[in-house]
Amino acid sequence: MSTSENVDSHHDSGHPTAKQYVLIGIILTLITMLEVAVFYVEALRSVFAVIFLGLSAVKFAIVAFYYMHLKFDHTLFSAFFFVGLFLAGSIVMALMAILGAF
Amino acid sequence: MQHTEASEQQNTDHANTTKLNMRKLLMWVFLGSDCLFFGAFIATYMLYRNSSLVGPYPQEILSIPVTSASTFILLTSSLAMVLALTAFQRGNTSAARFWLFSTAFLGCTFLGFQVFEFYTFVEEGLTPQTNLFGATFFTLTGFHGFHVMLGVIWLFSLLGVSMTRGIPAEKSLDVELAGLYWHFVDIVWIVIFTVVYLLSSLPSASSH
Repeated sequence: MSTSENVDSHHDSGHPTAKQYVLIGIILTLITMLEVAVFYVEALRSVFAVIFLGLSAVKFAIVAFYYMHLKFDHTLFSAFFFVGLFLAGSIVMALMAILGAF
Repeated sequence: MQHTEASEQQNTDHANTTKLNMRKLLMWVFLGSDCLFFGAFIATYMLYRNSSLVGPYPQEILSIPVTSASTFILLTSSLAMVLALTAFQRGNTSAARFWLFSTAFLGCTFLGFQVFEFYTFVEEGLTPQTNLFGATFFTLTGFHGFHVMLGVIWLFSLLGVSMTRGIPAEKSLDVELAGLYWHFVDIVWIVIFTVVYLLSSLPSASSH
């Protein structure tokens, strides 16, 4: 097995260019500005949680998949990270359920 | 082409039956475990943020404009980090050093914002001993700030190595690992900004 088959050899395998990284940065900034703008719209107060958690999830995914290269790297890296993330989310939900936060 | 050879050399150093780079895999395992660390703190904060018997309460003291600025700075530092890595991988040393320094500088600026925020809160009567909101808020954001501080030290160390011995393209994994850590700190802040600041600043979030 040649070293070129090493699965995390990736730097020329479709990674974004510097310009694309800047574009991603602009998108992240725009989403943050949107979050802050929504915060001051009283009419949307009843759906704030859904909007904020949704936009936060989008930002999270963009950084993880593009800046951290999970989209381009071996799936085992994603597996280790998302298992940890899933367990963390489960801890949050379990603690809140057990201690009556819902 | 030189780029690919550098990556292959990098992988040769850590070849194994999984064909994965073990240093990178270990970093991902660490980041996965760190999710649990922050998950526990975020859960604790969400449970107790509205259980304080005395003020100040979240919606009275949290400042969205200030925190939005620090969030923008941390997001920009992530962009600088990924540009630094790209430059290192392409062997563009001067650009790589510039972006690495920019990342560390923006990290320091973020820490400056956090120090300012903590100082303001203490001035306004909120300390970790004041109430449950204070205890959980300072613990969560304090540990995140500690992570940022470690990242800044790591970045300045890499910059020092780059200035003295140089970091060739085949050693760019050293920068990539620091980048993974830095981006993780960024995504944790994305969650904290939403849960601790945006959702907690709403008047309806208080039950006191």
